[in-house]
Amino acid sequence: MRAISRNFEDNARAGLANDNLQQALGLAQTGFPLRRRLAINRLPEFEALRETGRSIKDHTLEYLDFYLEFYESKVLASGGKVHWASTPQEACNAVLQICRSVGAKTVAKGKSMVAEEVGLNEFLEQNGITPVETDLGEYIIQLRHEPPSHIIAPAIHLIKEQVAETFRAEHRSLDPDRSLAEPRQMCDEARAILRPHFLAADVGITGANFLVAETGSSIIVTNEGNGDLTQTLPRVHIVMTSLEKLVPTLEDAGTLLRLLARSATGQEFSSYTTISTGPRRAEDLDGPEQYHVVLLDNGRSALIGGEFQDMLRCIRCSACINHCPVYTAIGGHAYGWVYPGPMGAVLTPSLIGIEAAGHLPNASTFCGKCESVCPVKIPLPKMMRSWREREFAAKLSPPVFRTGLSLWAWIARRPALYHVLVEVASRALGWAGRGRGRFRALPLANGWTAVRDLPAPEGRSFQSLWAERQKTGAAK
Amino acid sequence: MSGSRDAILRNIRSSLKRGRIDPKTEAGLRARVAAHRRNLIPARAAALDRLQTMELFVAMAEEVQATVTRLSSSSAVAGEVARYLAAENLPAELVMAPDRSLDAIPWAEWPLLQIRRGRAEAEDKVGLTSCFAAIAETGTLMLISGPQTPTTLNFLPDTHIVVVNSDQLVGCYEDGWDRLRTSGPGETLPRAINFITGPSRTADIEQHIELGAHGPRRLHIVLIEDDETRRSVQDADQPAAPTH
Repeated sequence: MRAISRNFEDNARAGLANDNLQQALGLAQTGFPLRRRLAINRLPEFEALRETGRSIKDHTLEYLDFYLEFYESKVLASGGKVHWASTPQEACNAVLQICRSVGAKTVAKGKSMVAEEVGLNEFLEQNGITPVETDLGEYIIQLRHEPPSHIIAPAIHLIKEQVAETFRAEHRSLDPDRSLAEPRQMCDEARAILRPHFLAADVGITGANFLVAETGSSIIVTNEGNGDLTQTLPRVHIVMTSLEKLVPTLEDAGTLLRLLARSATGQEFSSYTTISTGPRRAEDLDGPEQYHVVLLDNGRSALIGGEFQDMLRCIRCSACINHCPVYTAIGGHAYGWVYPGPMGAVLTPSLIGIEAAGHLPNASTFCGKCESVCPVKIPLPKMMRSWREREFAAKLSPPVFRTGLSLWAWIARRPALYHVLVEVASRALGWAGRGRGRFRALPLANGWTAVRDLPAPEGRSFQSLWAERQKTGAAK
Repeated sequence: MSGSRDAILRNIRSSLKRGRIDPKTEAGLRARVAAHRRNLIPARAAALDRLQTMELFVAMAEEVQATVTRLSSSSAVAGEVARYLAAENLPAELVMAPDRSLDAIPWAEWPLLQIRRGRAEAEDKVGLTSCFAAIAETGTLMLISGPQTPTTLNFLPDTHIVVVNSDQLVGCYEDGWDRLRTSGPGETLPRAINFITGPSRTADIEQHIELGAHGPRRLHIVLIEDDETRRSVQDADQPAAPTH
């Protein structure tokens, strides 16, 4: 997918001004966090499970080469095949080759963020193959030619009236006067429209939430059942995934599964958790004849051992996104690539480079909520700070900002000078603003005062008040 | 693409600042995989007796909009299926897994039930299957694919009826893995293992939860209690006998 993360500031402004988006985000803001809280309150072991989840992922990354080879040998033993892809291009080519080998014309797709990452749909279309998204949210945005705005609820930026409008425009064979007032009606319509696509597709492509080295299996966690139809009905099943999804054993997957649904949707367990191992067996009555895994690296192997390795623990639950005050204000499209919110702000520059995504690590209030809800305890604020330092070091931030920051740093390293300047400034501003108690405009502070008033200082700095208090206290 | 395979493994090792792991470490990792060591199991799913396991399973399954009917004998299953289909205003037609464990049910006593054995096809409205295990922790059914248990039955029909024997009830997912390792079809896992927790659902439009997105709209569980669970149900219903 083409990244427009560079335009983050403009994208964010557009998001704030979009009334439909703000209405949709209002619904999202309460739903996910509340349900998560309720689910976690019922599980006293949740904190201990987080700790275990973190150590399972850390252990796997420490021996990732071993576990990948082990995993591949098990996939082969069960009759499947692993296609290693260093780059998005290689991943797309691997999929295309498989599709061509069976003469595929249409492909049914379950939700896969890795497929978004490599821009698979666009690539298949260019090569004469029609991909049909089957997850309801993904289907809606495919009809609208939009990218997903959330990693588990791709159409979360839309209100139901927009979905109805899209269905009316695209499903032209249906009665134009039918009612589409309620989500139930749209859900039934999508179900009826998509069912023949599952049955006709030559190839089914899904993602994977986890890969299990012990058994050579891929695991998908879904609610709709579209992923299961996608990987059961077509002749060929392709799993689009990336190498950090690996865990050693089924027991390890069990621990992470207990964390995933609760952190994501607040469910105890998703409706469908499916473990797939190889193609159909000789005596089976259904299931795909071929089972392929396209295993993407795309820069992940370079993150191991560095300051962003912790990001590879991510299980894509979206808890950090759902709890982020920046995401819930501007929506996912503002981030300009596949992964939004705090996890996207760290992962995007890791995968597409700081030059293309340098603004994203600045999209944080550093409230720390993301780290506190992360099921595998990824230190997201710390890593966003690291990216900011790198952005500064690479001289990517605007000159005014850099000069200002350098000046401030120079003063801050000289406490005596700093205190004098702060004292002078606060007295001067306090005096200037003594009438209204706030400023509507101030030279050099336009970035602040353009959207809100700046409160005038009380006239004394905290340091000088504190020093005085200590003195009078001592006098007593 | 073996070039990419080698490059990726080489990159990983160079990031980890080492070469291939030494044989001793490798043996340790192989032992870790083979040990099937359990991680933390939530207390709610550990050390339950038969009755508690059943009660938890039923409560959790009903919480996610599955419906559950308890029967005292497998001979009552066919009648229950007929009753359920009538109550839901569904035709008395179903496709049933060609599963020997379902053969003992006296289907012939309900001649109005039209039953086809096999995998599900697009036009099938009701599917009936057994299960491999039923997991109390989250009210989850565990089904495995095989010649007698095709996966399409679990997803294509609008309504999925699952017959559960009480000796299939277990506490947690790990109990399910262990059963599969000891009594499963062999060295390799079955092609598909489906953990099913309630009917299909979506919240993709305005976070509004709707049942029956692509999979079944209804999940009905017919639970056959064996003598032991029934006895423990009776014991639980009776006040404790005086011991003096």
